[in-house]
Amino acid sequence: MNAVSSFFHGIGDRFRGLPRWARIVLMVAAVVFVYFLPILNPPLITTTDSDFGAVLFTCAMYALVAIGLNIVIGYAGLLDLGYIGFFAIGAYTVGVLGSQHAKLPLLLCIPAAMVVTLISGVILGAPTLRVRGDYLAIVTLGFGEIVRLILINAGGLTNGNRGISNIPTPPGVDLFEIPKIRWEGLTAFVDLDNTTTFLKFGVTDSVPYYWLALTLVGVVLFLDWRMQNSRVGRAWEATREDEDAAELMGVPTFRFKLLAFATGAAIGGLSGALFATKQQFINPDNFTILYSVLFVAMVVVGGQGNRWGVILAAALLTWAPEKFRFLSDARFLLFGLALMALAIFRPQGLLPPRRSVRASKADAETEVLEEGVARA
Amino acid sequence: MDFSLLFNHFWEFTITGLAFGAIYALIALGYTLVYGVLRLINFAHSEVFMWGGFAAVWVLLAFGASQASGLGIVGLLVVAFATAMAASALVALGLEFVAYRPLRKRNSPPLIALISAIGASYTLSETMGLRDKPFKLLGIDNKMVDYVGRPREASPFGLNIETKRLFHVFDYQVSNKDLIVLGSAIVMMILLDQFMQRSRLGRGIRAVAQDPESAAMMGVNRDRVIRLTFVIGGAMAGAAAVMYLLKVEQIRYNSGFLLGVKAFTAAVLGGIGNLRGALLGGFILGVAENYGQAIFGGQWKDVVAFTLLVVILLFRPTGLLGESLGKARA
Repeated sequence: MNAVSSFFHGIGDRFRGLPRWARIVLMVAAVVFVYFLPILNPPLITTTDSDFGAVLFTCAMYALVAIGLNIVIGYAGLLDLGYIGFFAIGAYTVGVLGSQHAKLPLLLCIPAAMVVTLISGVILGAPTLRVRGDYLAIVTLGFGEIVRLILINAGGLTNGNRGISNIPTPPGVDLFEIPKIRWEGLTAFVDLDNTTTFLKFGVTDSVPYYWLALTLVGVVLFLDWRMQNSRVGRAWEATREDEDAAELMGVPTFRFKLLAFATGAAIGGLSGALFATKQQFINPDNFTILYSVLFVAMVVVGGQGNRWGVILAAALLTWAPEKFRFLSDARFLLFGLALMALAIFRPQGLLPPRRSVRASKADAETEVLEEGVARA
Repeated sequence: MDFSLLFNHFWEFTITGLAFGAIYALIALGYTLVYGVLRLINFAHSEVFMWGGFAAVWVLLAFGASQASGLGIVGLLVVAFATAMAASALVALGLEFVAYRPLRKRNSPPLIALISAIGASYTLSETMGLRDKPFKLLGIDNKMVDYVGRPREASPFGLNIETKRLFHVFDYQVSNKDLIVLGSAIVMMILLDQFMQRSRLGRGIRAVAQDPESAAMMGVNRDRVIRLTFVIGGAMAGAAAVMYLLKVEQIRYNSGFLLGVKAFTAAVLGGIGNLRGALLGGFILGVAENYGQAIFGGQWKDVVAFTLLVVILLFRPTGLLGESLGKARA
């Protein structure tokens, strides 16, 4: 398993070693490839039993979730088991404002969803972030369940179990058709019958939603990167590693924890809003606590604190069950076994952050120096 | 909001709340014991409970319990308790061996142990949900249909105990089931409390909870103590499963989850790592959510339970009786 990590880090080092123009070309090529995935339908990757565009959309949406939760768990070290609560609040804000009680356009609903989840993150975080880490896990678990129960029971606001339908879609333009590619063996055919209309947010075609989600992932990634490399990011890291020491150094740890919690919540709300507009119908069953567990698994599997790792894990954990649909009965069983195996054999996740890899290497070296080679 | 319902049926809500609280309390013991010794939230404990319940259902099926009457019922109930406790203890022991011991050997951080626990929880509950598959492969699923047929549906308890009203407590007539549940729970709690306080093994558990290194230096075998805590916690969860079956009369492969969360809430409420705290927390939670149900309506029952947890954590973060298995003397 160590080979996996050194393989990826090897790629990372190679990449950093390239000249600037080559890095830009490679990055642009990668971005174009990811955008065109649903058009290319590459064999081996594409899913045969379910719509590949829809699977990719879900991957991108969960990637957004994982980035948001990574801020909470990976950067600030707060275990949040109720993230689905924020996701649900985001989705329902869009549902309530866009369809159930008002007919606001989606472009107003999405910022509103983020603001509402941000506020709910502060409301939940302000009292609970003062308690110890283990308790936070269980309080947030309870929060996720409370949100779902309120969605069911506050029928006047949320229409209860019947859910909300006719959620608005993003405004689109019908410009031109893009034919998809069909593969037979290793030969590619341009399939003129199976096309996607550029930026028509309809009901059946998921590809434009995938592009929207992917663009949002890009924007959030950029903000995430700027934030982690700022004073805020360093404050989070200090708080995570040793809260008392950070406090002594003058970091107002509580305020930074609250900031991480609220930022994560707002990103969760954004992905919930995406979910709502794609589905156009939501009900409380979409937001069970099992998803919270899945989200945490994404962050931990990917390697807490590494944004590329958690994106990879989010995509993998979404894509694999769709790809191996024939195992659908046993997929939660396999998921459980995989989590256990991961915890036992690779506790740092698939792609641990470079800094923590360096730190553990330095620790090992110190150990060798102090205790001799035989111990280490 | 409707207070008249609560005032008119106060004792009914109190006693049924206490009966459910006893179930929460017994499950909470498992959480609190493991947390006290290992500082680990044993997320899979709810599945240990569920497996115990199924073991009881199966053994009753094997004995043909649906035709039993009179003294036979009493005997079968004892058999069900014994089987469930043994099965749950075994599952808990296996859980410790597979999911937690390898992590302990590597000094993994707590979050990783929690991930392993979540994985184990999925594995255990899905194994129960897919239990017909191996029998289908062997081609004997028709013979075993009572045991493994329709694994995603609820399995009935199988022991027909009529609900008899025995005596009045003010306006509520206490039923025989309430009596069995509360009585056996209290007996078990007293036994466990005395075991922890007086026996050598109990002292060992408390010593490890208080300070693992000093305990090891004084000759306490830490691994054995950990195994013991899992066995005890499992046995209590198994007993709770039979009580749950008595009250609810059926169990599903995913019955454990909500009960587990509630029981953990109870453990935190009383002060995690504190045995008497877990018992108190369980009873308070059971009664409080019943009162909440009376006042706000049944659909808000779980909301009341979780809100109570948040409020308690705000005003008394260490729980009602304080934390620490070692320091609180039990």
